[in-house]
Amino acid sequence: MKTVPVSTTINGDAAEFICAPDETLLDVLRNRMGLTGAKEGCGTGDCGACSVTLDGRLVCSCLVLGVEAEGAEIATIEGLATGDGLHPLQQAFIDHAALQCGICTPGILVAAKALLDKNPDPSETELRYWLAGNLCRCTGYDKIIRAVQAAARQMRSA
Amino acid sequence: MAFDTEPKRDFKVVGRRVARPDGIDKVTGRALYGADMSAPGMLMGAILRSPHAHAEIVSIDVTAAVALDGVKAVVTGADFADAMDAATADVRDNCLARGKVLYDGHAVAAVAAASGAIARAALDLIKVEYRVLPSVTDVDLAMRADAPVVQAGRAVEVVPVGLSENVTDHCEFGHGDPEAGFAAADLVIDRSFTTAATHQGYIEPHACLASMGPDGKADLWCTTQGQWAVRTACSAILGMRASQLRVTASEIGGGFGGKTTVFIEPVALALSRKAGRPVKIVMSRTEVFRATGPTVASSIDVKIGMTKEGRITAGTATLRYTGGAFPCGTVAMGAQAAFAAYDLAAVRTFGWNALTNRPKEAAYRAPGAPQAIYAVESVVDELCQKLALDPLEVRLLNAAREGTRSSYGPTFEAIGLEATLEAAKAHPHYAAPLAAGQGRGLSCGFWFNFGGNTSVSLTINTDGTVGITEGNPDIGGSRAAISQMAAEELGIPYEQVRTVIADTSSLGHNDVTDGSRVTFAVGLAVIKAARDAIAKMCARVARIWGIDPEAVEWVDGAARPTGPNAGTFPPMTLAEIAALSFKTGGPIAGHHESNADGAGVSFGVHLVDVEVDRETGATKVLRYTVFQDAGKAVQPDYVEGQMQGGAVQGIGWALNEEYIHDAEGHLLNPGFLDYRVPVASDLPPIEAVILEIPNPGHPYGVRGVGETPIVPPLAAIANAVSRAAGVRLTALPMSPPRVLKALTAQG
Repeated sequence: MKTVPVSTTINGDAAEFICAPDETLLDVLRNRMGLTGAKEGCGTGDCGACSVTLDGRLVCSCLVLGVEAEGAEIATIEGLATGDGLHPLQQAFIDHAALQCGICTPGILVAAKALLDKNPDPSETELRYWLAGNLCRCTGYDKIIRAVQAAARQMRSA
Repeated sequence: MAFDTEPKRDFKVVGRRVARPDGIDKVTGRALYGADMSAPGMLMGAILRSPHAHAEIVSIDVTAAVALDGVKAVVTGADFADAMDAATADVRDNCLARGKVLYDGHAVAAVAAASGAIARAALDLIKVEYRVLPSVTDVDLAMRADAPVVQAGRAVEVVPVGLSENVTDHCEFGHGDPEAGFAAADLVIDRSFTTAATHQGYIEPHACLASMGPDGKADLWCTTQGQWAVRTACSAILGMRASQLRVTASEIGGGFGGKTTVFIEPVALALSRKAGRPVKIVMSRTEVFRATGPTVASSIDVKIGMTKEGRITAGTATLRYTGGAFPCGTVAMGAQAAFAAYDLAAVRTFGWNALTNRPKEAAYRAPGAPQAIYAVESVVDELCQKLALDPLEVRLLNAAREGTRSSYGPTFEAIGLEATLEAAKAHPHYAAPLAAGQGRGLSCGFWFNFGGNTSVSLTINTDGTVGITEGNPDIGGSRAAISQMAAEELGIPYEQVRTVIADTSSLGHNDVTDGSRVTFAVGLAVIKAARDAIAKMCARVARIWGIDPEAVEWVDGAARPTGPNAGTFPPMTLAEIAALSFKTGGPIAGHHESNADGAGVSFGVHLVDVEVDRETGATKVLRYTVFQDAGKAVQPDYVEGQMQGGAVQGIGWALNEEYIHDAEGHLLNPGFLDYRVPVASDLPPIEAVILEIPNPGHPYGVRGVGETPIVPPLAAIANAVSRAAGVRLTALPMSPPRVLKALTAQG
């Protein structure tokens, strides 16, 4: 299959890659761009471990083709922390022990940020339904919910 | 080992909610998991799997696959070594079938190619001729004399003759005279239960990268709960010496017991050996479900007698487990654990294992216990309902305590069951009002816990920091707990300690991260290694001061003179001793190697409120509280995390999760869409209440906490559903269709 050149922005930087027409954005990020923070837990959009945003919209990158990223802005877990420190969500996940094995953590952080960008003060129910597409098998979600709530509080007061 | 003679400690670091040392790597995407590693010249591997649940392999023709452009190697079971012990041979034959395929998804052959796409295309070119055989996936059917035989000649000696050849194992535990006990009861209830096989459901699929050179030396990177176990299995299966294989554990994306064995690792090594290049294999989610470790499926009969005052007079249980297509000893743990929460004069359990055409069982958190305790706790609850007794008071009345002869033999030392029940009784949850259509359930849970082989090194760095090298993959924050115990013992700040997890060439053997053993056994070893280093530091200081080593003691991170003849010297801190170490005899390090026992059993009690939707049969969990004895919670956040996470895995098992096979033995739901694990919106907050009844087998009183919390949810929810809906289900999961059927039958 002939590869296709694609021009995008990834975490604020211009990025160009070539990929096969049937190659997922997740495979492009992981195998061509060296961005292994997004994980493949299922490949079918059920687990959310590969969550990234595409032009601000939360997507499972395993369900997006690399070629669909042409001209788009992609944000991944690698872009969440800025040069001078962790994002409040990242710090809250450490402070509240919201991760055990950590494999779902990048996807959940990306998803939680996408929620807080739209809704800075979600109710617990809104938060639980928003994160229902991100499976975590270790924590029972309790500490994840507490961490996102704590980060949201901090971001609102900042 | 009796550490209870040690003075009770005023902990400075242990018990604090410190930040985990691997936290930043894991919130920034830097942490490297199994699939995240690559190597120059790397090939991608793919595995051909059986479409049949049971078939003879008549022939395998790989000619066309080998000829495909980009294919560098093809292997089958014939590429593995022949001679090894039976258990390892089973692992080998599970990695690549020999002679027969034993379940839907059983690996048959594998390809390494320049890309994953080419490798997958090559799989389609491998021609396998099968002779399909009748199959069986139900444990009760598999035990019948007319059942299709999965494997012949695998029964152990204690299995009576005349049963199906699928019956491989039998065990019996208990004491007293159950028949006399039943005769003395006011009510005897006898029920049968079934539980579906469930998968550990770790979010990270199995992944590895193998590289073997022409000299036969190999490196293997993989996601595993135990790199030494991987080395032992792979070196046997490949016919290598252990020293030739170095295994490095990646960060691990969940395991829960399912990553204590090997599946793809020997295949990747065989492909790399043949191709002469590194080979990476990453399982798909479908492969994870079809070919890696579900827990056992079970069929269980329980009979319990009770007086009208609530005293249990006798209990018996017969457990029939299937660990899939290979012999499996998990039923023995179920048979031992079934009645562990009770102080009984008469108890007897019988266990049977039968082969079925299902994937080979892998350990899943407290293997064998949730099923058995679900059945026992359901019958205890039904007795309480029928006799109009408070289920918590009945458990307190019958609770095992220090000095109780356990249902499986040993006499209990200090245990926390009674305190845990009292904590549940005192908690507001137990007295909170319930609305109509809601029900509250409770269950006890138990796990043995384990110690095991452990080897650690602790280095005193010249700048006064401390490095710990240990060998157990950190699956839920153990690096933090290990660092805390080292800091506590040395008397230095937590931040000065860094714990790393070593490859198999860097330490002696470490058993896998299982049995809730790491915080207990590695912690014990680290404390001993710290004491070893302290003794060496005191000896150095004694030489500097010109006094006897016995006249130097270690207090709060510094050596001090002690005793009447020691003289007066200002304390020397660890940092000062470290800075002088090159002049006082060289580097300073502490070590400890042992096969730890004294793990100390663990009990928990779960309380749950549910509501059942009578139109859909769906059960909503409204409130959930976990009470558990942790001995000593080293990092309470991560103890709570184990309690919460285990509870939620149990909730999934109780309500939704199951392996569903069709009549030909095909797995119908190998994906997270149809195998439904709990999601955030299914759940309420999970409250965790930690009790600390010190384990006499650990210097700080630590008990393992990881496994017990998956045990109680099954019965706790069944008991709550029974009280909410007025129907008692005896099959797990209590999925909406099953509940609806029971409600309809009730009328």
